[in-house]
Amino acid sequence: MKTIDKSNLDKLIGILKKDGYTVIGPVIKDGAIVYDEIDSINDIPVGWGDEQEAGSYRLVKRGDDSLFGYVVGPQSWKKFLFPQRMKLWEADREGKGFTIKHSDEPVPKYAFLGVRSCELKAIFIQDKVFNNDLFTDSYYNNVRNNIFIISVNCTQSASTCFCVSMKSGPKAKEGYDISLTEVISKDKHYFVLDDSSEKGKELIAELDTPAATEAEIKASEAGIASAELSMKRSMNTAGIKELLYHNHDHPNWAEIASRCLSCANCTLVCPTCFCHTMEDTTDLTGDHTERWRRWDSCFSLDYSKVAGGNFRTSPKARYRQWMTHKLASWIDQFGTSGCVGCGRCISWCPVGIDITREVEKIRNSPKTKS
Amino acid sequence: MKLDPMTPEAVKVKKIFWETEDVFTIELVYDSDEKREFRFKPGQFNMLYAFGVGESAISISSDSSKKNSLLHTIHKVGYVTNVLSKLKKGDIIGLRGPFGSSWPLEEAKGKDICIIVGGIGLAPLRPSIYHILKHRKQYGKFVLLYGARTPRDILYPVELESWRKKYDIQIEVTVDRADSTWRGHVGVVTTLLNYVDLNPEKTLAMVCGPEIMMKYAVDELVKNGIAEKEIYVSLERNMKCALGFCGHCQYGPSFVCKDGPVFSFSNVTDIFEIKEL
Repeated sequence: MKTIDKSNLDKLIGILKKDGYTVIGPVIKDGAIVYDEIDSINDIPVGWGDEQEAGSYRLVKRGDDSLFGYVVGPQSWKKFLFPQRMKLWEADREGKGFTIKHSDEPVPKYAFLGVRSCELKAIFIQDKVFNNDLFTDSYYNNVRNNIFIISVNCTQSASTCFCVSMKSGPKAKEGYDISLTEVISKDKHYFVLDDSSEKGKELIAELDTPAATEAEIKASEAGIASAELSMKRSMNTAGIKELLYHNHDHPNWAEIASRCLSCANCTLVCPTCFCHTMEDTTDLTGDHTERWRRWDSCFSLDYSKVAGGNFRTSPKARYRQWMTHKLASWIDQFGTSGCVGCGRCISWCPVGIDITREVEKIRNSPKTKS
Repeated sequence: MKLDPMTPEAVKVKKIFWETEDVFTIELVYDSDEKREFRFKPGQFNMLYAFGVGESAISISSDSSKKNSLLHTIHKVGYVTNVLSKLKKGDIIGLRGPFGSSWPLEEAKGKDICIIVGGIGLAPLRPSIYHILKHRKQYGKFVLLYGARTPRDILYPVELESWRKKYDIQIEVTVDRADSTWRGHVGVVTTLLNYVDLNPEKTLAMVCGPEIMMKYAVDELVKNGIAEKEIYVSLERNMKCALGFCGHCQYGPSFVCKDGPVFSFSNVTDIFEIKEL
């Protein structure tokens, strides 16, 4: 393990840019920490933290010079691997037929700086989603195979975090190229670095950095431990698949539906939600058409509509589908829970529905099958 | 290079004709090479694309041993199917597929076969019927029970009659509402089970139709002693990608587009009657 200071972190960004990467990192936009292209370390918000609660997210000044003193905001890295809107192809009418053209834009080469452990797990989960037993999604895989990941271990948690329950944090254990833990002590501000890939090793070698001292490593681990210890929320996942499969008619679904606005915020902020739809559009001549793929949500009414009717008209059924999919059928589909415990769906729900509480309510009064 | 499964291929309309007032059939050949062969298994479906309008999941209804063209029998009911219904001979549409699981024609060998269909549900089973009739000796008793709304909605009437005459098959047809010309059965399709003699120990059933019809058909089959694992149903859900990526067709843990549309009933017993699943 190595130690770097802020200037070396900036150098690292420079090397990545020189290597042709578009570096993406945390920036402040519209009052929230989001992920966007950064040029240098100066684009990363300094001294900001976040306060989150069910239905609430607020940036606060921490009173220090930290670069990563917050947890996760409304966006996740999925917007780069699985863009919110993407043109799949376009076609022009030719006689009675048509010719289809694909985009010839080069595949973007991203370096992600600041991927939290729960977000890394979310990427692993979407890897499975977009590579099923029969098909692979070529755009996802092309971008995915090119990314360089610098993860940041959390040294604080928001009140909405429950990654410990979902075994997805706060420390990144695998899948990154470089991991980084920020330490701010009275007289020093540094980052403890670890590498897990050849690419990561090579990059660190380009920086002239000392090995981390035992005290520095200890301090970084203490930071991660404090994030874990301060985590307020939790979810009991024991037998959760069977619990939800056996409680599809639990009265709590109707109770949630009386609050749920079916706004789809939870699915948009969720780093693993993958549902999307196709849109075909034509220009005014009707001779040029495009097929776009865009995010969709199981909360939208059209989601399960077929020509002869709609399979999920009630908000109750739609919420049940979302939560049962996320926590139960996901396990059957992909061998993993669809939840990483990032807490976004809790913070960004306009009415503050809390998935951990809703599971607990069902667990505490399971409707037993007669 | 592996072809992107989201890109339709151009196919040409060789023939289009109306089966009933609101159901039509189109015959398709590859536009690039009319001799090029289609391969599919009975029960599978294609995504048919109308230029600029969109795609619709349509089951294949032709004989899988005839590889030079494909038939799709389509109920004109939504935007895409409306546009498809107006196609003319020589028009070009897009096709992706085939997708999904197929009817268990291997497992069915040596068994009595009971096919129960309602309405347009006959179309996805026609390839199975062709297959069984063609390999008639490999199967036991063969029964087709078919329910239509009215006599005028009966699909493939000429073909039904020729199967009856030419092959060892019992075909019973019923309608929900009869008219003065109708001399056959009236009532729901499950009542037709009263007219057949099946050995429940060695019968395999294939069921396709509206979900409510399939529910009652399965109930009756089970009451007649046929095991749930010997009953197969074909389900319909909203499909956008047909690749198991878009999420729309989820049915409990399954993606109907790739794990279905044909399921052994024993795999969906626990969830079949859950409303709005």
